[in-house]
Amino acid sequence: MTLRNPRMKTPPATLRFAAALLLAGGLGLSGCAKKAPAELPPPPPAPATATEAPAPATVSGPAAGSQADFVASLMGQDTIYFDTDRYNIDAADTAALTAQAQWLLKYPAKRATLEGHADERGTREYNLALGERRATAAKNYLVSLGVDAARLTTVSYGKERPVALGSDEESWAKNRRAVTVTVD
Amino acid sequence: MIVRRLPLLALLLGTAAVAQPQVAPQPVVTPTTTAPAEGGLTGSVSDETPWQDLGIAIPTFATNADIATQTSAGSTAGLGRALADVITSDLKNNGLFKPAGPDALPQPSFGQIVAPDFGVWSGRGAEMLVHGYVRANSDGSLTVGCYLYDVALRQQLVKGGWQVPPADWRRAAHKCADLVYSRLSGESPFFDSKIAYIAETGPKDRRMKRLAIMDSDGANHRYITTGQAIALTPRYAPDYKSLLYLSYFNGYPRIYVYDLETGKQRLITQSTNPTFAPRWSPDGKWILYSMAVGGNTDIYKISAAGGGQPQRLTNTPGINIGGSFSPDGSKIVFESDRSGGQQIYVMDADGANQKRISFFGGRAATPEWSPRGDQIAFTHIAGNFRIAVISPAGSNLRYLTDSWQDEAPTWSPNGRIVQFFRTEKGSGRTGIWQVDLTGRNERRLPTPVDASDPAWGPVRP
Repeated sequence: MTLRNPRMKTPPATLRFAAALLLAGGLGLSGCAKKAPAELPPPPPAPATATEAPAPATVSGPAAGSQADFVASLMGQDTIYFDTDRYNIDAADTAALTAQAQWLLKYPAKRATLEGHADERGTREYNLALGERRATAAKNYLVSLGVDAARLTTVSYGKERPVALGSDEESWAKNRRAVTVTVD
Repeated sequence: MIVRRLPLLALLLGTAAVAQPQVAPQPVVTPTTTAPAEGGLTGSVSDETPWQDLGIAIPTFATNADIATQTSAGSTAGLGRALADVITSDLKNNGLFKPAGPDALPQPSFGQIVAPDFGVWSGRGAEMLVHGYVRANSDGSLTVGCYLYDVALRQQLVKGGWQVPPADWRRAAHKCADLVYSRLSGESPFFDSKIAYIAETGPKDRRMKRLAIMDSDGANHRYITTGQAIALTPRYAPDYKSLLYLSYFNGYPRIYVYDLETGKQRLITQSTNPTFAPRWSPDGKWILYSMAVGGNTDIYKISAAGGGQPQRLTNTPGINIGGSFSPDGSKIVFESDRSGGQQIYVMDADGANQKRISFFGGRAATPEWSPRGDQIAFTHIAGNFRIAVISPAGSNLRYLTDSWQDEAPTWSPNGRIVQFFRTEKGSGRTGIWQVDLTGRNERRLPTPVDASDPAWGPVRP
């Protein structure tokens, strides 16, 4: 089981620090977001993606508690990765899920969907079941961290929605994933 | 003249069965076969010895009068040529025959259909000869007659006739091809059948996947769903009246029964859990499906009529998925990763006596029981994905294909040909292919766009 960490992952220690910042931050989070450079172009009008919340016109960063805020806050840790045919949560995954849980606990009204995926090197039906297993593993871990199970749903896309398009180990590692998407 | 004229005259002049338009081709005359000893050709596709391709001449079908028809092929004369073309193309590429179609052949007269000029055909090197006619009936329907002759013996081997509505003219050609194929190979027919599949378009990360159906030769193609929701893994009902398939309608993967007559669909179970991998029992009375509960997937059985309680067939940690009934309905072959990777298991139809049968390295997935019962086709994963067959006991592993990624076999109704889908490395483009049991005759099926998940239905009545 060698092929891990398709993306650079924050080491757990740093993560805990970041998480502490998040927890301590409270309202400060939106303040953080406002620190974006002044020359940054305004957000595109009415983004096509349904997952993005319309940002208030006067704020240059994503609205606090929105999916855009979730993505910006998690800095890549909205996604966890798996080994071939595996669905276990390893150390890097627990760090990412801990960060996710902290955000979700901060916004207790938010619901989230865990999307499970597999790489193309599996049969279609098995991959659907495998994606569901991965999404459920991620969900169970969030629940163990105190997130109410009723706020979380799972959906598997099997191998139908890859993010990396190559037919190579690097792409497959990026596609074996569970992505947490908050519902605006 | 050896040809029997009387039944033939009855066929040509027959008005008995010509009363009302029918949906299904009506046998005008029950196909008759002379004793196999006279035929001079016996054999089986499952025979592993190399075959000598058999030369079959299939000239244009004659007509008693050139009359306009409501078919895409035009008048009865044009239809006669089109019928011969369809039969020729059916009989090609299956490793048994070397058919010559109407383009290269002289056109027999109406009278010669029952009294072939054998000298002409033996002079052209034809061993077998297919003659036929088409006649437009006063009610708009068509009568098609089909005759197979052994040129060397100067003898009729078999004949058949069918009355069809104009829209079903290709079915008459498939019935004729089935008659010829069965008589010469000793195998059951399969051309007059349909295939459900998934039509794919768009980029690899946003593929649009639509449910579609077509005849066994790719004709009469029709999209069933619009592509708004991802559609996957269809299975034709044995009576062709409905389809099972997976849809992301409402955002989550669920199995639906789609009624082809009304265009309406219903969930097979009201559970909020995801359901995958739908299958029919051979008699169409049961539906197998797989359902994930808490990440664990098991196989269930429910009455196809709806309303009944599902029966859980597997109960082990891991992914138990798919399932394919033996032809007699007594056993189910399925896939499970309970021992680590995907492997093939067999159980009784009630879930008892679960037993692993694949022990040859690599992973084994998507098992499908042959309609003849003698083989199980599956996807073997060991580096590449290859279509292979084993006996129901798990022995005699044989590969049928060798490519980067071939998966999801489905059997022809007679259990002699396997279709599957092939994915291209890199681009992710897909196509439906088929191969016979020798593994030697492989070809791609023509589809309007990329295609996956073929599901071959039974021979139509």
